[in-house]
Amino acid sequence: MSTDTPASDPAESTAERYLAVQRSAEFAGLRRALRGFVFPMTVAFFLWYALYVILSAYARDLMGTKIVGNINVALVFGLLQFASTFLIAWLYSWYAARRIDPVADRIRAEIGEVPHDHGPRG
Amino acid sequence: MTTVLAAEAGDSTARNLTLTLFLVFVAVTLAITVWASRQTKTATDFYAGGRSFSGFQNGMAIGGDYMSAASFLGIAGLIALYGYDGFLYSIGFLVAWLVALLLVAELLRNSGRYTMADVLAFRMRQRPVRTAAAASTITVSIFYLLAQMVGAGALVALLLGIKPGTTFLGLDADAAKIATIIMVGALMVTYVTVGGMKGTTYVQIVKAFLLMGGAVVMTLLVLAKYKFNLSDLLGDAADASGQGAAFLEPGLRYGVETPGDALKTIYSKLDLLSLGVALVLGTAGLPHILIRFYTVPTAKAARKSVLWAIGIIGTFYLLTLALGFGAAALVGSEAITAQDRAGNTAAPQLAEVLGVDFLGGELGGATLLAVIAAVAFATILAVVAGLTLASSSSLAHDFYANVVKNGTASERQEVAVARISALVIGAISIVLSIFAQNLNVAFLVALAFAVAASGNLPAILYSLFWRRFNTNGAVWAIYGGLFAAVFLVFFSPVVSGSPTAMFPDQDWQWFPLSNPGLLSIPFGFLCGWFGTVISKERDDQRYAELEVRSLTGAGAH
Repeated sequence: MSTDTPASDPAESTAERYLAVQRSAEFAGLRRALRGFVFPMTVAFFLWYALYVILSAYARDLMGTKIVGNINVALVFGLLQFASTFLIAWLYSWYAARRIDPVADRIRAEIGEVPHDHGPRG
Repeated sequence: MTTVLAAEAGDSTARNLTLTLFLVFVAVTLAITVWASRQTKTATDFYAGGRSFSGFQNGMAIGGDYMSAASFLGIAGLIALYGYDGFLYSIGFLVAWLVALLLVAELLRNSGRYTMADVLAFRMRQRPVRTAAAASTITVSIFYLLAQMVGAGALVALLLGIKPGTTFLGLDADAAKIATIIMVGALMVTYVTVGGMKGTTYVQIVKAFLLMGGAVVMTLLVLAKYKFNLSDLLGDAADASGQGAAFLEPGLRYGVETPGDALKTIYSKLDLLSLGVALVLGTAGLPHILIRFYTVPTAKAARKSVLWAIGIIGTFYLLTLALGFGAAALVGSEAITAQDRAGNTAAPQLAEVLGVDFLGGELGGATLLAVIAAVAFATILAVVAGLTLASSSSLAHDFYANVVKNGTASERQEVAVARISALVIGAISIVLSIFAQNLNVAFLVALAFAVAASGNLPAILYSLFWRRFNTNGAVWAIYGGLFAAVFLVFFSPVVSGSPTAMFPDQDWQWFPLSNPGLLSIPFGFLCGWFGTVISKERDDQRYAELEVRSLTGAGAH
């Protein structure tokens, strides 16, 4: 249980290895690839969702406008939230498989087996 | 077309069928649990199902863990009674999964082991952070548990058609409620102590398929009735509701406009925003959801499980739209509120009507009702098992092993304590549920989401992404968010000062919103930041390890 405890630090070499990896250009690229996607995307879907909630609260006339038959803007807007959620999820998985996984796998392989003092992996 | 669920006679068929199907479900899940117990040898087996599940399996289990009775019965009921506003809930509950997918699932899977606190305490002093995390895990889980168990108790009397003054198997309505709570409690403790994470996961997978099956069949029947013309269904629902077009627009339940009372209108609209924020930010801080990411072998599998979960949960919420509007059109709000004021029985009542129409007469109605009622029970059982597991894991792994024993407990001791904890938490929730029977179920769920979003989420995000974050910040974020949420709810109209409050005859209410999220979530984030900067502690080396491990999966358990 001691790798979970900063007080009893793991072998110095392990700690330094992680620090070296963190400072490497390759890892910086991985971090940039991840954050460059997830942060803007989080802001985007949150604003898009907030717009929906705010319109539901304050733009009742707009939301109540009928488009076809009894189907109004509110319903379509709501369904678009579903569509955007599915789309963002799919986009992320596509992006991660292309831009994140290969780099992460490579760095993990470079680090190699890290000494573990609590039992087998997985 | 209005039927009152389980009228006096002729319903023994439905009751017996419900009971039989339910017993079949219990028998099957118990068999799975016993089988799972034979595969459960190590702590990893018990806490994380041996990390042996596939992304698809875990995705279904997440669906089974997440789609609670509040989703199935509650949202269908809200849509049936208030129209469009019920849909707002579904959207918040679904969009929330993007937070989990983009920011939390994979990084947590890579850097944690069994509990949420594994990540929070990774580079911190163990005892304070784990104590705080255990406190918040148990608080969130118990609120959520109470909601499910109280809901189960209320439902059984309704679904089995036990009216005041009548009895079933020698039990009157009150006794039946208590008996149900005890039975649900006993079953969830059994699933968890015997089957551990493996047993619980399979129970959730089975439930997810049952729930989806039931919802798909009912949706198809509703749509068939309207020749797959959604507009006609909506029109009929709006007409039957007596609200007209307003039934299809936001504003009947949330953000209500009160003419002549501008302040009330403003508060009501802010309350809608507050609910919206809490729903979307709460999910990724729910401990029973987070520990599900440990049941798969890799971060990629964790990602796949969230993708599957988004698929199944999104589809399910789309179906509840048809169920809710179908119930409004075909059952009618009068018949629904006659059965249950909150609308929780709308879906089973709809099943009965559809059964009468499509399967032929009374017997068909009774059959479909029984099926859907049994699915509702299965739903509750799968969710409470997940919650019990999350809280007992945290009690054993965070509090016992790392706080009390300071990391010296053996795996065997830890698992033994986890099993005992499940028993204790089960017993506590049974007792609390019996006393809390009159609590508003929705309030308990909303509170759980608010605490998760205000305390857990800031701590998790800071831990994963902010180099400077430290022990003090984590402790401040968790306690600050937790207390802010509970404090504001205590002084809100859901606890006192309104006719629908927990204590309708008392009035110490001054906070105008029912949901605290709009204030307590930013407050939690602020506390985390402030707690961090006032402490000098900073461990760049451990952050390097956390960051590298969480992004690459190196050294993952």
